[in-house]
Amino acid sequence: MSQVGTTAVPTPNYDDDIVRKFFGATVLWGAVGMLVGVIIALQIAWWPANLGLPWTTFGRLRPLHTNAVIFAFAGNICFTGIYYSMQRLLKVRMYSDLLSKLHFWGWQAIIVAAAITLPLGMTQSKEYAELIWPIDIAITLVWVIFGWNFFGTIAIRKVKHIYVAIWFYMSFVITIAVLHIVNSLVIPATLFRSYPIFAGLTDGLVQWWYGHNAVGFFLTTPFLGLMYYFLPRAANRPVYSYRLSIIHFWGLVFLYIWAGPHHLLYSALPDWAQTVGMVFSIVLLAPSWGGMLNGLLTLRGAWDRLRTDPILKFMVVAVSFYGMSTFEGPMMSIRAVNGLAHFTNWVIGHVHSGALGWVGMMSFGTLYWLVPKLWHRELAYPKMATQHFWLATIGIVLYTVSMWVAGLMEGLQWRAVNEAGQLANPIFLDTVTQLLPYYWIRVLGGTLYLTGMVLFIFNLLKTIKESGAAASGEAPTPVPAV
Amino acid sequence: MTKNDQNQGSEKAYTHFHRRVLEARGGVFAVATTIAILIGGIVEIVPMYTAGAGPERGDWVTPYTPLEVAGRDIYIREGCYLCHSQWVRPMRAEVLRYGEWTRAPEYQFDRPFLLGSRRMGPDLQRVGQKYPDAWHYEHMRDPRSVSPGSIMPPYPWLLTATVDPEDILASVRALKKSGVPYTDAEVEGVAASLAAQGQPIATSLAGANLETTADTEIVALIAYLQRLGREGKAYLPSQQGGGE
Repeated sequence: MSQVGTTAVPTPNYDDDIVRKFFGATVLWGAVGMLVGVIIALQIAWWPANLGLPWTTFGRLRPLHTNAVIFAFAGNICFTGIYYSMQRLLKVRMYSDLLSKLHFWGWQAIIVAAAITLPLGMTQSKEYAELIWPIDIAITLVWVIFGWNFFGTIAIRKVKHIYVAIWFYMSFVITIAVLHIVNSLVIPATLFRSYPIFAGLTDGLVQWWYGHNAVGFFLTTPFLGLMYYFLPRAANRPVYSYRLSIIHFWGLVFLYIWAGPHHLLYSALPDWAQTVGMVFSIVLLAPSWGGMLNGLLTLRGAWDRLRTDPILKFMVVAVSFYGMSTFEGPMMSIRAVNGLAHFTNWVIGHVHSGALGWVGMMSFGTLYWLVPKLWHRELAYPKMATQHFWLATIGIVLYTVSMWVAGLMEGLQWRAVNEAGQLANPIFLDTVTQLLPYYWIRVLGGTLYLTGMVLFIFNLLKTIKESGAAASGEAPTPVPAV
Repeated sequence: MTKNDQNQGSEKAYTHFHRRVLEARGGVFAVATTIAILIGGIVEIVPMYTAGAGPERGDWVTPYTPLEVAGRDIYIREGCYLCHSQWVRPMRAEVLRYGEWTRAPEYQFDRPFLLGSRRMGPDLQRVGQKYPDAWHYEHMRDPRSVSPGSIMPPYPWLLTATVDPEDILASVRALKKSGVPYTDAEVEGVAASLAAQGQPIATSLAGANLETTADTEIVALIAYLQRLGREGKAYLPSQQGGGE
């Protein structure tokens, strides 16, 4: 990485041990979460895979999959990137090593608790907020620890101006705290069960205010932060536009929070709330594409490196999927489109183009860049990274295209009415069984993506292991400060 | 990397302000972000508690009985809502397929709400009384025995597991505390109510040669499923609902 960003001043004593820890958790839980995803995809295609046991049945494993990939995989990669980049951007070690460790171990303990309670059927049923109330309290405490450490580090920074990546991290820290606390307000019945203080459609509105903004502030803004740090570093280019970053940051954080009611279009939720949700969802396209453009245009003049650099391949495809899913999302929020898409596999395809495409590919690109730096080594098998890239990309295409087709088929068949004014497809089950071939294509797509993940882990472990053998007699290479 | 920010040409007033006031002060930036993310949620959620702007309520819907609460807890535990919605949309094909579209009061005692987000199987808003008790029993034991080709997993453990009255009492108490208008007498009478509602279901199952007891989970789940949408079905046609 040439001279960009290196300075003459001595490198501060950054805490990279915590970064390595979060990296380890990322790949461990990422593999588990994706494996559970493939298993539940198989259960839909072939019901005997439910195994006839309570704790292996789809209804209990599906929340395990979503929680594992969102909070365990995506959460840990965000923490990995944040702990690495904010120390360098602020030119200071984290505020407290103890808080860093409490954050790490606390978060992993919560994940283990989730992995035990969800298969046992202990759930609050709200999507991505299923965990029972004692775990919710633990999440709150760990988040306060993280926030304390985060803002403490900002307070003791050695750089006057706060870089754009940290704005996005900050919106992540603040908003997730607000969403989590409000959506978790419940009256406990037992240690394992509780009932929300909100009822009916109000409860639904609060949940989707939470749920949609979990996408916005857990799977989008921190990843934009990662993009703003790791993409320019990997490409060795400055960010395209400072002004655009200001406009799209404030646009995104202000507008995103309004979009939740698009999950309740055509429900009995008061019309005004549905309309407000729809309008803000459509407007959200603008700041979302602001972020995509700022990411892609950062590569101007470096496009030729896409042919050879697997890290840039991952990042460019990630940002492109971000652009595609943030175009698709506003379109699906239009009432008439939503009337067709809602309840169908189209939504599942949409979510996964964001999750596998944007979140997954950004994480892989970031870690292929970061892990060799953390262990002061070159990536063991660069070619294998390119193979991973193609496996993942083909996997995503198979997944999303099969779900788009399946979603359109069932959506159109459910609503079809013949000339006599009767349902054209009166037997619901017929609209289910016809989708089995598409469910198998999804299993294949997911398996390819998971296979890529296995190559990824193998490649990075090999990189780390070689550094262990070689680094013994050698001082570590100085890490360039940003 | 901040050097990138300097080669962006002429400086506008807002970038100057952003740099000087926000980016230079973490606390100010955090407060501004907090305000930005609070506005939308407040504007959308707070009016739900004001007359006229929130979801409509109705006196034609009653709270779930203790046995139905038990059944609903099982429905939640098994994640039924992940494949089945409880939400008939006001569309011609949906009303033809499922019946009256769902009105807001039908959800007023739902804690948590269970509208669902995916229809891997059909909507259940109006499933109450659509099938006999024995059909549900067989369907949970082996979905393909009554619905050939179904992709639903079997739930045989519901046939033998039992409901603990103490546990349901805790649920009813918590629901009352959260705002469901159960009377003290109803809370006191949870155990008796469970048996009183469970026995006829067990008897109807016995009539179909399905031996079970009134305290099994399958009986509680059937009580819940058979109740879904019934009050709406009885009330809404009298209001000429379909044409609203």
